[in-house]
Amino acid sequence: MQTILSIGVDAFAYGMVLFVISIGLSVTMGLMKFANLAHGAFAMIGGYVASYATQALGWHFGFALLAAVAACMVLAVPLERFLYRRFYGASELRQVLMTIGLTFMIIGIANWLMGPTLKTIALPPALQGPVDIGFRSVPAHKIFAAVVGLLVAIGLWLLIERTFFGVKLRAAVDDAPMAEALGIRTKIVYAISFSIAIGLAALGGVVGAQLLPIEPQYALHHMVTFLVVVSVGGAGSIGGALAACLILGTVKTTGSYLMPEFGNFFFYLAVIAIVAVFPNGLMGRAK
Amino acid sequence: MKYLLQVTAAVALCAGVAHADVIKVGVVGPFSGGAALQGRNFQAGIEAYFALHGKTVGEHEIEVIYRDLPAADPGQSAALTQELIVGEGVQYLAGYYYTPDAMAAAPILEEANVPMVIFNAATSAIVNASPLVVRTSFTTFQTSTPMATVARERGISKAITVVSDYGPGIDAETAFVRAFGAAGGETVQSVRMPMTTVDFSPIMQRIKDSGAEAVFAFLPAGPQTLGFMTAFVENGLKDAGVQLLAPGDLTQESDLPVLGPNAAGMLTTFHYAVSHNSPENIAFIEAASNWLGNPDELSFPAVGAYDGMTVIARMIEATDGRQDAAAAVEAVKGMEWISPRGPVSINPENRHLTQNIYLREVAEVEGKWINHELQVFENQGDPGWVAP
Repeated sequence: MQTILSIGVDAFAYGMVLFVISIGLSVTMGLMKFANLAHGAFAMIGGYVASYATQALGWHFGFALLAAVAACMVLAVPLERFLYRRFYGASELRQVLMTIGLTFMIIGIANWLMGPTLKTIALPPALQGPVDIGFRSVPAHKIFAAVVGLLVAIGLWLLIERTFFGVKLRAAVDDAPMAEALGIRTKIVYAISFSIAIGLAALGGVVGAQLLPIEPQYALHHMVTFLVVVSVGGAGSIGGALAACLILGTVKTTGSYLMPEFGNFFFYLAVIAIVAVFPNGLMGRAK
Repeated sequence: MKYLLQVTAAVALCAGVAHADVIKVGVVGPFSGGAALQGRNFQAGIEAYFALHGKTVGEHEIEVIYRDLPAADPGQSAALTQELIVGEGVQYLAGYYYTPDAMAAAPILEEANVPMVIFNAATSAIVNASPLVVRTSFTTFQTSTPMATVARERGISKAITVVSDYGPGIDAETAFVRAFGAAGGETVQSVRMPMTTVDFSPIMQRIKDSGAEAVFAFLPAGPQTLGFMTAFVENGLKDAGVQLLAPGDLTQESDLPVLGPNAAGMLTTFHYAVSHNSPENIAFIEAASNWLGNPDELSFPAVGAYDGMTVIARMIEATDGRQDAAAAVEAVKGMEWISPRGPVSINPENRHLTQNIYLREVAEVEGKWINHELQVFENQGDPGWVAP
């Protein structure tokens, strides 16, 4: 019984970290219809900024987290204006090629600027070490990641479903010329959405850094994981992404506890099974 | 007649020049990509050798030609090796970070009349792939086996092994389980983790449930070790008194600045520590760090490359620059010298390096995390090697 509870706790924590890191990609792919494979690269930049801020500048983790998100959101503005905008509506293959190319460039720059070694983000004492939750101890940073994940999920849902900006975004996505005709400045809506998505990537990179350490190959190492979450959950669906992360987290954690020698077999089996039954993902909209 | 004289003079001149020639050494290694740091360490070792011993051997000048192989890729390794031999005319091959790459290049050696000096790849079987292979690195068997003795000496009778599910991991597991069993210990479980594991909590739970007093672990150096050691501490295993044991790949010096606090007190067995206190090592570190720029980037592949250049220089000396692979290899069989890692020799039977293996503890000395040497296992051969 205790083992089952333990696996449950680990699965939830891992799933929430996955969610924090992947949700930004779900926003770009689902709401903006842009296959942004450079998502992981932005998460990595966020991680590097936070690592530099905490280690070299000695900033508090909270400020470093904000700085990382802000830096990536600012960086996203010219990128969107001069690069991404040219590829809206282009074929997915061209978007994929462009963003993979961008990923390789960012990897090269990261390697050159920050060196090939691992980077860590200094956590405040409150987030270090284990926390006793009664029947076992859980790393404090995982609890933090889970809380951040829940806040992000609620915040995004409110933004998209309950605000005027959300209404404009949904209109711009569904029918851009009509939205434009109604006076919605779709270019600005897209630019803001893109910036938010990149900010989420950076947030995920910083919050998830204890599980996915920051190093130059980060963007490539974890690309498949991010894509799997989006395709299983359904692009653009916050609830879907949350469900996908929790299901995949449970499958992976249970598998690696009970039968580690099977590797990722059960993880990918679950992915295949879900995508076979729900071709658009758990809560994706039919095309 | 005059023409004949001219030709003779020209031939004589050429022959004279040929003897004081540039000897080309082709080095294959990861100079970009995920293991670029290890490739840089190859270069640092080679440059340290040149800085301390010069670029010339007798009349001959050594020229190193690098070829980049970012990830383990046997096909590409064979292609680059062939290109080095045919296109560049190298007389010696060296480097090779991953075992499959060395294995793929080995069949070409005899036909091309070129010896190969392995700087890093750590599988026992490589020396069997060709009689022209010489190794200045180590094997996972060699570094893992003494750990069983260490565990028994510290009163550990039940251990669990946890390794990444790939060649070197399985070597480490086999080496430890075999030696631990022979020393009277019991391995209660052997867990093999997928290479892509990022969340180690379930594995830690497994270790906890197994009731072992110690865990012997092997993972490839880099991002994974950080996750593993953090999980080890955060899931309360360290506080519960479980001893973490591993070969030194897990605590290589270039990772220690980030691993340090979580790895404190961890025991590893390995052939080289940057902290090794000897005049040879101090000179080596200075030369290698000068080239690297950042001393924190220095790691064990550098010493494999440094000693590899020592061996190649001896080969050039013995053959006086002639291309004679068999004679070159023959000349270094049984060769003994003092390496930055301590006294070493080349086993004449299998061309593998006999060397000291050190027990080290991760410790903080003057604000810097190091592998502090505690104990020496002298003149260790390769327990994993079997005659072909």
